[in-house]
Amino acid sequence: MIDLLPERQPQVVRKTDGAPTADMACGKASAAGSVSQRACVFCGSRVVLYPISDALHIVHGPIGCAAYTWDIRGALSSGPQLHRNSFCTDLQEMDVIFGGEKKLEAALLELIAHYTPRAAFIYSTCIVGLIGDDVSAVCRRVAEKTGIPVLPVHSEGFKGTKKDGYRAACEAVYKLVGTGDTAGIGPHSINILGEFNLAGETWILRDYYKRIGIEVVACITGDSRIGDIRRCHGAKLNLVQCSGSMTHLAKMLERDHGIPFKRVSYFGIEDVSAALYEAAKHFSDDPTIMSRAQQLVREEIAAIYPELQRYKQKLVGKRAAIYVGGAFKAFSLVRALRLLGMETAVVGSQTGDLEDYRQLQEISDPGTIIVDDSNPLELAKFCLEKDVDLFIGGVKERPIAYKLGIGFCDHNHERKEPLAGFVGMLNFAKEVYASVASPVWQFAPRRAGRVKEASSA
Amino acid sequence: MTAIPIVRARWLDDADSIGAVEPGLMTPLPTDADELLSKNFASTRNACKLCTPLGACLVFRGVEGCIPFLHGSQGCSTYIRRYLISHFREPMDIASSNFHEESAIFGGSANFQKGVMNVLRQYQPQLVGAATTCLAETIGEDMPRLLHDLREQQGDRITAPIVTVSTASYRGTHIDGFHAAVKALVEQLGRPGENTGAVNLFPSMVSAADLRHLKEILTDFGLNYTLLPDYSETMDGETWSEYEKLQSGGTPLAAIAATGSAESSIEFGRTLADTETAGTSLQKSFKVPRHLLGLPIGIRESDAFFALLARLSGRETPVKYQRERGRLVDSLIDGHKYVFAKRAIVYGEEDLVVGLASFLCEIGVTPVLCASGGRSRLFEKALREAAPSLPAETLVKEGFDFAQIAELAPSLKPDFLIGSSKGYQIARSLRIPLLRVGFPIHDRIGGQRVLHLGYRGAQEIYDRVVNALLEVKQDNSEVGYAYL
Repeated sequence: MIDLLPERQPQVVRKTDGAPTADMACGKASAAGSVSQRACVFCGSRVVLYPISDALHIVHGPIGCAAYTWDIRGALSSGPQLHRNSFCTDLQEMDVIFGGEKKLEAALLELIAHYTPRAAFIYSTCIVGLIGDDVSAVCRRVAEKTGIPVLPVHSEGFKGTKKDGYRAACEAVYKLVGTGDTAGIGPHSINILGEFNLAGETWILRDYYKRIGIEVVACITGDSRIGDIRRCHGAKLNLVQCSGSMTHLAKMLERDHGIPFKRVSYFGIEDVSAALYEAAKHFSDDPTIMSRAQQLVREEIAAIYPELQRYKQKLVGKRAAIYVGGAFKAFSLVRALRLLGMETAVVGSQTGDLEDYRQLQEISDPGTIIVDDSNPLELAKFCLEKDVDLFIGGVKERPIAYKLGIGFCDHNHERKEPLAGFVGMLNFAKEVYASVASPVWQFAPRRAGRVKEASSA
Repeated sequence: MTAIPIVRARWLDDADSIGAVEPGLMTPLPTDADELLSKNFASTRNACKLCTPLGACLVFRGVEGCIPFLHGSQGCSTYIRRYLISHFREPMDIASSNFHEESAIFGGSANFQKGVMNVLRQYQPQLVGAATTCLAETIGEDMPRLLHDLREQQGDRITAPIVTVSTASYRGTHIDGFHAAVKALVEQLGRPGENTGAVNLFPSMVSAADLRHLKEILTDFGLNYTLLPDYSETMDGETWSEYEKLQSGGTPLAAIAATGSAESSIEFGRTLADTETAGTSLQKSFKVPRHLLGLPIGIRESDAFFALLARLSGRETPVKYQRERGRLVDSLIDGHKYVFAKRAIVYGEEDLVVGLASFLCEIGVTPVLCASGGRSRLFEKALREAAPSLPAETLVKEGFDFAQIAELAPSLKPDFLIGSSKGYQIARSLRIPLLRVGFPIHDRIGGQRVLHLGYRGAQEIYDRVVNALLEVKQDNSEVGYAYL
């Protein structure tokens, strides 16, 4: 029997039919001793900045944080591969006692000389502030000596949640914004924010925008270069996908450069179509953009629709659980599953806010369990209670599903299949189908019993 | 008339040098290898090591009903979980005291207490294995004191014993955290008693398949034993019919208590010779004699292990293992030409590298570089003792990282790499095979089932090495022989 911890109860709601929905507690630090699926401030900064491929990313601290984030993501680069290395000051006991500034400075100078990056990001880990290192001062000195931007990222793990890490990353990136030449940027131009080019997704989206006549100035940070970021203030509209991570940057760009932003998602047919139409609507001075967008959506849907229908036939009535980092992705997944005839019985996120959860309740079916900052025991409890056929999450959730004989689909940063765009929807459908329809579940003990019952009945 | 180009298969070029007498020295090793390293970087680039608490967490999951608990910020537990899950493909719950800013300033006692009480309530564990992180250590958290406060304030509500271990990640690597946790377990749970005649085996960080094999061997010798840790079931278990909060299996607490009254302890790891370990601690506190052996990888190191078991049990090595050894030797003869004088780069935890290099030398492969991110200061000594035929020119590098290995690798002309999956990029750039062993294996399934130890483990590694080399030869052949 799995019980909820009392302090966790306000972070779980069940959507009831008709009754006014309750507001959830969220945005809190994780309960001590619960095995939160969240990471830390450092993780938030690291995931956001990681794809900038011509920058040096150096982790200032002992080895763990750098080792665990070495080349683990599917964020692709069309050029430099520098971001796929793991650089670390690897602080030792003596550094902890006497301070790590000298080592950091030496490390930066020689790494910059050797790898000639266009900028350097220095991630502070938990102990850096405690041992009294003035990372900003080191950054200033090294920037002066090397002539490239050297940017501290204030990502001490314990100083908040993953969301604070996103914010620290935005602050670091923002120091670059406005330093590049915006000449030549056209009137129908956008930045894509919060898209990380996992498995090449940015390339799919760039192609869509190109086809409808919209110029992408910078994607932050999927397949991005320091040069793109420097001039991204020349774009006329920001489209923010991973809202948790990049809304802060979008707001700064709006405040200082007057660039409006819109929240979009590229997962699922409805959402990717809406994202393209949003941009087209914004540039209504050129109606051909909208007509091209409509044309593109028609073509793309026509190309995948027959195959999607085949999968849908096999998937109708299956139930899913979703547990992802940001709530906005959860909305898309609920809709994408619905398109495949599936029902979402459990949905949650690590970092959703009040507005996210209100919206999630709105789009969910009655009876759906909605949860903030969950943990393995709770997720297992909900999966069993709702008897789901599929779990969508990240690597940490995978064994929970598999051990219970439940299919699993990886929708996290480590995935290697593109799930964005129209082609991504088809990939998603294929993966969901492969997860649910595999013959292996008949041997899983929890299901084997039912197979037996069914055959003897 | 156009001349027909003569295409020469790549492997024929290699064959030019057949006739050399010394394994591996067909092309001499570069004598100025150190100069090839662009320089000694102050930073670590692509570490060949992980942080200390990871090792401790794995040990704690090898104890029955034990939940690992990290005293530090949330990310440590999440990153370590993800890293272990990706290798073992099993649940790996690690609780965290979830430090916040106030905890870093005023101490994490309140969070520790709350965290432990929550974990006891949610998981009903038999044991809490509390390891520190760099954050807790840097602010000077005094674990015995935290425990004292906890006991004082929570009294009977504490339903399970709590073992603590200091694992600051700025001190040592994951393997040090591993050994420290094993030591903490026997020191804090071991009890004196009448000699049980049993054997303690501290196997170091080996695979789940290795642990199962060790249990089989000890059982076949008729020995009573405590194997610590034992994550052979917890980290390589079956699919469940009911939810298991903590996967079943692991060393029972009673067996850990009994380590103090054992006949003797066996500990694997030649580089542990100067380290205080579970074995030395039991020797000191309870006069349990400790036998330190190399990881039993390959023939001689396995012989030493089987000989010790024969002595301790008073029985001959069971026929089953004699036959395994016999078949292994027979296969070494069958395959010797395919591996002779091939050159290997070996990397990973120091004791794993020692074992692998020793075996490679036994079969005629030359380790050209033995590298580890660890710094025991005994690495080279242990290597030369375990592998007396290791050429003097072989580069032995402690405190090394993958960027350094990558810089040296091309000039060393290796035929294959052997180590964790993290060497893949190097193998790929050199277009040579990577034999995946040890931890982590993140790009293949079954890392937990790779058998390294004993004659049977050597057989598996040998077959894989030979077949990988045959595959290279076959793939690079213009003719494509289907008969080799």
